[in-house]
Amino acid sequence: MDQLPPLMIAGRAFHSRLLVGTGKFSSNHMMQRAIEASGAEIVTVALRRVDLNDPRDNLMEAIDRDRYLFLPNTSGARDAEEAVRLARIARASGCEPWIKLEVTPDPHYLLPDPVETLKAAEVLVKEGFKVLPYINADPVLAKRLEEAGTVTVMPLGAPIGTNRGLKTRDSIQIIIQQARVPVVVDAGLGAPSHAAEAMEMGADAVLVNTAIAVAGDPVGMADAFRLGVEAGFKAYIAGLGPQTWQAKASSPLTGFLRSAAP
Amino acid sequence: MSFWETITQYRWDRIKSVIRGKTAEDVRRALQSPIRKFDDYLALLAPAAADFMEEMAQASHRLTVQRFGRIIHMFAPLYLSSECTNTCVYCGFNRLNRIARATLSVDEVVDEAMVLHRQGFRHVLLLTGESPHHAPVDYLIRVARKLQPMFASISIEIYPLATDDYCQLIQNGVEGLTVYQETYHLKQYARIHPAGPKRNFRRRLETPDRGGKAGFRRLNIGALLGLCDWRVEGAFTGLHAAYLVRRYWRSRVSVSFPRLRPAAGGFQPQYPVTDADMVQLMCALRLWLPDAGLVLSTREPARLRDNLLPLGVTQMSAGSKTAPGGYAAKENVEGQFEICDLRSPREVADMIAGHGYEPVWKDWDAGFLNAGRL
Repeated sequence: MDQLPPLMIAGRAFHSRLLVGTGKFSSNHMMQRAIEASGAEIVTVALRRVDLNDPRDNLMEAIDRDRYLFLPNTSGARDAEEAVRLARIARASGCEPWIKLEVTPDPHYLLPDPVETLKAAEVLVKEGFKVLPYINADPVLAKRLEEAGTVTVMPLGAPIGTNRGLKTRDSIQIIIQQARVPVVVDAGLGAPSHAAEAMEMGADAVLVNTAIAVAGDPVGMADAFRLGVEAGFKAYIAGLGPQTWQAKASSPLTGFLRSAAP
Repeated sequence: MSFWETITQYRWDRIKSVIRGKTAEDVRRALQSPIRKFDDYLALLAPAAADFMEEMAQASHRLTVQRFGRIIHMFAPLYLSSECTNTCVYCGFNRLNRIARATLSVDEVVDEAMVLHRQGFRHVLLLTGESPHHAPVDYLIRVARKLQPMFASISIEIYPLATDDYCQLIQNGVEGLTVYQETYHLKQYARIHPAGPKRNFRRRLETPDRGGKAGFRRLNIGALLGLCDWRVEGAFTGLHAAYLVRRYWRSRVSVSFPRLRPAAGGFQPQYPVTDADMVQLMCALRLWLPDAGLVLSTREPARLRDNLLPLGVTQMSAGSKTAPGGYAAKENVEGQFEICDLRSPREVADMIAGHGYEPVWKDWDAGFLNAGRL
């Protein structure tokens, strides 16, 4: 139990199962401290927020790329074409060919477009990208993306930034049962207990941004999420007991009938 | 179908009397409701809501932080031309005002843009008066093309165009459209726009529709506060924004709160809007439209801007000049109106950081649109 299995994505091992985002923080300094406290090894950054051609870009500078996997995302892309273009720009600017694919034509709920996401994933996989797609909790789409060659699937628990928890629990459970690539629950997790719940269900990892960034103490909340993810994962490995409707005594009254006489 | 069909279902006087009739109990219910309806929004705009300002402000703050985080997007206006064929009685660019006017050459625009770029701006708003002769569409296209390498996002606040013209501008890198209806009161609109193409209320009202159809990523609307009863203006502005969100669901909709400022012509607002009114309007709008961007310009004084910041604002301008050439060269050209917050962009950014927010200079990438970049 001391040595927990690492998270393997595209053949690369990560010891933290908490991925973090970089939006909504009150300052880059606060973001750095929160990332540190989260223990995360994968940090996602919206390409629209950074100037990839400027080596002194504040946000880029704030993330130590020797220490963290810098995972650019295509947030803001409204269709496959835009997302593909963004990914190519990131790679041309020297980023590793890892891309968190987000195609969200609706700027208000930021819900992913399944059709355009699949289209973009097919193109990017062919071009050699490691694609981590943000999707609705749609088990069939998850399988289609897996077949297309994405290295994870990232279903949402609730719309981005809502902190509402695992509203899509039943569908995520199906995705986990069917998946052959890591399942990262991506959005809507508002409390460490939500993250623990996702991990207990068998999710391979979770991604959290808003709940940490807008907390009263983002650093404390990042630490709490780290612990929540770890607790949930350990519980999953340990194996949760079955749930029943009736009470069952932990020391049954008739146990003596089955035990050998002294 | 456009917003015209929607707005004609509502009568100004009826909305006004509903707002006036709202009670403290209505306001309380509106505040507590998890899903607010238009009727709740009207309660939040009511005189009765004045007693609930702190609760409204707290709720508005919480909602904004949750939806947008602790960040403020920075942008700067860049005036291209002060030539105008309209006679809007409140505007410094009114064609009857004898002021020094200018239209910048593309090279002069670049000079202005370089100042803004050095100040850190990557989002720019291009403005003109209504004079297609001085600032025709092909001129705007040339400007947009020239500015694209310098700015991550270019928006326009110009005279109303046809959908096809907007499409052309979008193809050349413009991604946001701002157009203020000024007032949603039909008769007042006619009174304050006595001549010129802007007299056409419906054409202006349907401008965001044409922009939405053309595919602008950002649509920004607003009423000019001081021209009519702000509560009813707020109701119609909110209705308009909600319509745009539903109809043009791919576009981010935001609302500005331009309050009339002194300008050439000396127009005095007939319906003054107090600071407390501004706060109520902003909070009410946030509580009704949790995802709408709320824009605050340098029309407002520094102290008020500082205090409005946590209440729901998502975008701010800073260091603005309202005359063509105002940043780089032309000292003698008159502005559209006087700005009030005279602080530099850096000072405003420091103030934002001091409030525990991050000033965001770039939140877009022209590469989204610019096929030629790779």
